[in-house]
Amino acid sequence: MRAIISVVGKDTVGILAKVSVCCAQRNANIVDVTQTILQDLFAMIMLVDIQNLNCGFEDLSDSLSELGKEMGLSIHVMHEDIFNSMHRI
Amino acid sequence: MLNVNDILETIKMIEEENLDIRTITMGISLLSCATDDIDRSCEKIYDKICKKAEHLVKTGEEIEKMYGIPIINKRVAVTPIAMLLAASGGNPVKYALTLEKAANTVGVNFLGGYSALVQKGFAAGDEALIRSIPEALAVTEHICSSVNIGSTKTGINMDAVKLMGYIVKRSAELTEKQNCIGPAKLVVFCNAPEDNPFMAGAFHGAGEPECVINVGVSGPGVVRAALNKLDKTADLTEVADLIKRIAFKITRMGQLVGKEASSRLSVPFGIVDLSLAPTPAIGDSVAHILEEMGLTQCGCHGTTAALALLNDAVKKGGVMASSHVGGLSGAFIPVSEDAGMIDAARSGNLTLEKLEAMTAVCSVGLDMIVIPGETTPEVISAIIADEAAIGMVNSKTTAVRVIPAIGKKVGEELEFGGLLGSGPVMPVNQTAPDIFIHRGGRIPAPMQSLKN
Repeated sequence: MRAIISVVGKDTVGILAKVSVCCAQRNANIVDVTQTILQDLFAMIMLVDIQNLNCGFEDLSDSLSELGKEMGLSIHVMHEDIFNSMHRI
Repeated sequence: MLNVNDILETIKMIEEENLDIRTITMGISLLSCATDDIDRSCEKIYDKICKKAEHLVKTGEEIEKMYGIPIINKRVAVTPIAMLLAASGGNPVKYALTLEKAANTVGVNFLGGYSALVQKGFAAGDEALIRSIPEALAVTEHICSSVNIGSTKTGINMDAVKLMGYIVKRSAELTEKQNCIGPAKLVVFCNAPEDNPFMAGAFHGAGEPECVINVGVSGPGVVRAALNKLDKTADLTEVADLIKRIAFKITRMGQLVGKEASSRLSVPFGIVDLSLAPTPAIGDSVAHILEEMGLTQCGCHGTTAALALLNDAVKKGGVMASSHVGGLSGAFIPVSEDAGMIDAARSGNLTLEKLEAMTAVCSVGLDMIVIPGETTPEVISAIIADEAAIGMVNSKTTAVRVIPAIGKKVGEELEFGGLLGSGPVMPVNQTAPDIFIHRGGRIPAPMQSLKN
């Protein structure tokens, strides 16, 4: 099972670090990371393996969106299937 | 790995353009609960619904969290209660109260199926159930009712049409103090689908399996946002192609959620209803899609053509995205639930007659239309008959959900709140069709060849 973590907002120091720490604490393994600047906005997409999470999916999702609020970023965690089904035939 | 733009597109659709799964509806057959004792039947119904739908709301919430997509409603549809009443007799309102209790226990926000199918005539239980609808809707909050009064194969049961005019009016009178909410939960159908997940017309048809999950998607805001980015000189073929692509994406989401819900609940997956269902929220309007196509305001000439294009493109895009498509599938045009329709009705651009024409090319029918309280039952029956005739002749589902605003006149407003929204009282042609309606009988089924 894999999930996509998307981070959108103003670029600041330590975004990747803080998100990674949050993932590590919950045993979510980061598989891939992509970063781009999109219309002056920083956008990071992280693919994480959530097979061996030490907490519920909800907990990971809530703690990351909480972190997003603290840093003034919008962070979403969504199961990768939603993107696969929407964008791939 | 997935394309960043694709991921951001999905997130934007959900965050900014009101993309959501409108409803997960569990259909439950109550045929096994039929006994000749109404109290015993009620007990069995309550137990069965509570057992089958026990985890429905919780599962819906889990899926919502997992995929990050809002699932607005979790609902239950049951076997038309008239069938159970046929076996048990007794006061049908007991069934309504039992269903209300079950809806509250499992936590769904609507339960549909206080229904009767009388397209050819009244069987045991049917007429008693229909006559109890006003009271049933007044004493319950979550129960929805529907009556099928015609079909392409049987013609129109005009005795039922005559009765329904009175029932709609009476429902409004009994709920006058609650903003006439009664008839907002009552749909009169022609060619009613048996697997529709949308309220107020959902019921679990007799040909359906024991238990099934049906999903209704939504997303007028997404279609509008995409059209907004399209060049104003783009021709209508491009418009149709763009709508198809969006409809495909929206429907894939419904298919995913439906399959997931069905596997988690161990209930077979029925259908995805490919519908553009508006809400009163700004940016979630079907009327605004038509205006984005280039109409100054919904209701002007050109509206029917634009709606026909939209409805067809939604189906074409959605059909490939889902393994089973059913229900109502198309664009909904409920006036009070659509910000653009409300504006158009207020300004006088959108009239009942135009809406009737629009229903010939889109899903459903005259939906959530507030009419003057003084409208007679005969006029309401005639509105139902006209709409049913459009459905019957065109082999499509049509329906009427009009709300007589008791004590209010044209220009005043009726406020329901929530998804049901609010609407202006629209003018109705009050010229009496009384003799025609009082004749009763049946309008014969139409020719299916020599089409012109």
